[in-house]
Amino acid sequence: MRLLFLLMISLGIPQGCSSWQPWVKPYERSNLADPIMNPDRDPVSVDYVAHMHKTRQASRGATGGSGGGCGCN
Amino acid sequence: MGQAVVVAVIKSMCNKLLSGIILCSIILLGLAQAAQATVLPEERADVMYHSYDGGGVTVSGPSILVRKNASTNTSVYYNYYIDHISSASLDVLTGGSPYTEHRTEQSGGIDYLHGKTTTSLSYTTSVENDYKSGTLNFNLSQDFFGDLSTLTLGYTHGKDLVSRRGLSYDLSEISRQNYRVGFSQILSKNMVVGLNWETITDDATELRDNTGTLSGVTLNNPYRAYSYYDSTTGQRGFAPEKYPNTHTSNAFAINGSYYLPFRAALHGKVKFYQDSWGITATTYQLNYTYPLASWIFDFRTRWYSQSKADFYSDLFARQDEYTFMARDRELATFQSTSIGVTASWDFAKNGWGWVDKGSLNVSFDHMEFDYKDYRNALVGGTPGTEPLYGYGADIYQLYVSIWY
Repeated sequence: MRLLFLLMISLGIPQGCSSWQPWVKPYERSNLADPIMNPDRDPVSVDYVAHMHKTRQASRGATGGSGGGCGCN
Repeated sequence: MGQAVVVAVIKSMCNKLLSGIILCSIILLGLAQAAQATVLPEERADVMYHSYDGGGVTVSGPSILVRKNASTNTSVYYNYYIDHISSASLDVLTGGSPYTEHRTEQSGGIDYLHGKTTTSLSYTTSVENDYKSGTLNFNLSQDFFGDLSTLTLGYTHGKDLVSRRGLSYDLSEISRQNYRVGFSQILSKNMVVGLNWETITDDATELRDNTGTLSGVTLNNPYRAYSYYDSTTGQRGFAPEKYPNTHTSNAFAINGSYYLPFRAALHGKVKFYQDSWGITATTYQLNYTYPLASWIFDFRTRWYSQSKADFYSDLFARQDEYTFMARDRELATFQSTSIGVTASWDFAKNGWGWVDKGSLNVSFDHMEFDYKDYRNALVGGTPGTEPLYGYGADIYQLYVSIWY
């Protein structure tokens, strides 16, 4: 039941807000769309750096990366 | 009766998966991707050579990543990645001999765009001569509030098989599940922030060797040993590590990007980490991105600090003192700091044949590791009084990217 409620909430938010007026208009987003605003613009490098850190520290997760293996023996 | 059990198991699995996806979904990709949400990833190819050199370990190799649209709303990718590893690290020298090996990782995935929803599915395999893993990833991303907000839910299931060099059987099997939630929000025409949460659980099954004896390996590295005070010799003794067979971690990250009054950007990230082994960690990262003519320079610094695991000690009082005992320096108390820069040069900006544009990228980072309770046992002398360990590492990346 709780699961169903959460599902309805998660699906309902986007639908219920379809009439929302964005305070940053699409034509005002040129700065946000500039490649320099994306620190993860090169996925091949982002994945490598995430793996490099993961194998040398305990902290993991919340990086957006995923994948397996170790290479750290 | 049997049918009822099967139905119950299926129901249980469905509930776990569904609750996992919902639970997981408050974070993740976020950030600047929000500005380009509800579009497929760019069609591009990247060829990289990477190199890590530090603490007696060198890791280098290529990585090739190709992404292509399969239709107007479907994108597919493939990644081939290799680590050539040569290790004479302090852990290795303390407990054995230097070695070389290589790891091959391959990933393939598909992204499907429908309206403002992107569904992503990918599979990754990683193969070493003593370690194999397979990982299935699922992500669901939804834009709303006039594309100012993005909510992402993710679930990952992985399975690892751990062995030792020269063995024909596995020592342990690890089942891993990740639950992710991400939320990103455009705050102004110059600023976007993101929140990410990820919970990861590991569950290891200790396997039996070819004589039917339990391997003793769970989530630990089968080559590593803990150290204890040997009262008969007055020196350090070493014995195989003992780890718990479960591990659960939680990580929460806050990201932000700000477009400065001139064409440059600041990126900040703070991450907090905590796990069931008693480790807490904090990461701070700051990037400054500055374009100049056909170049983009990215300057960055990172500070990381963690506390030790409950069952970690550089030197235990005696052998078999506790149920779980480890001396992995990854579980020790330490800090690491790094600085780095990436220089990217854009070429073929007006197109060249079927290539829309390209960039050549050179990246360098220097890291310093400073351990607070991990000692250099190779120095000798009275156990527990050796100097604390620390080292520096240099990381290079060279890659070419083309868009088409």
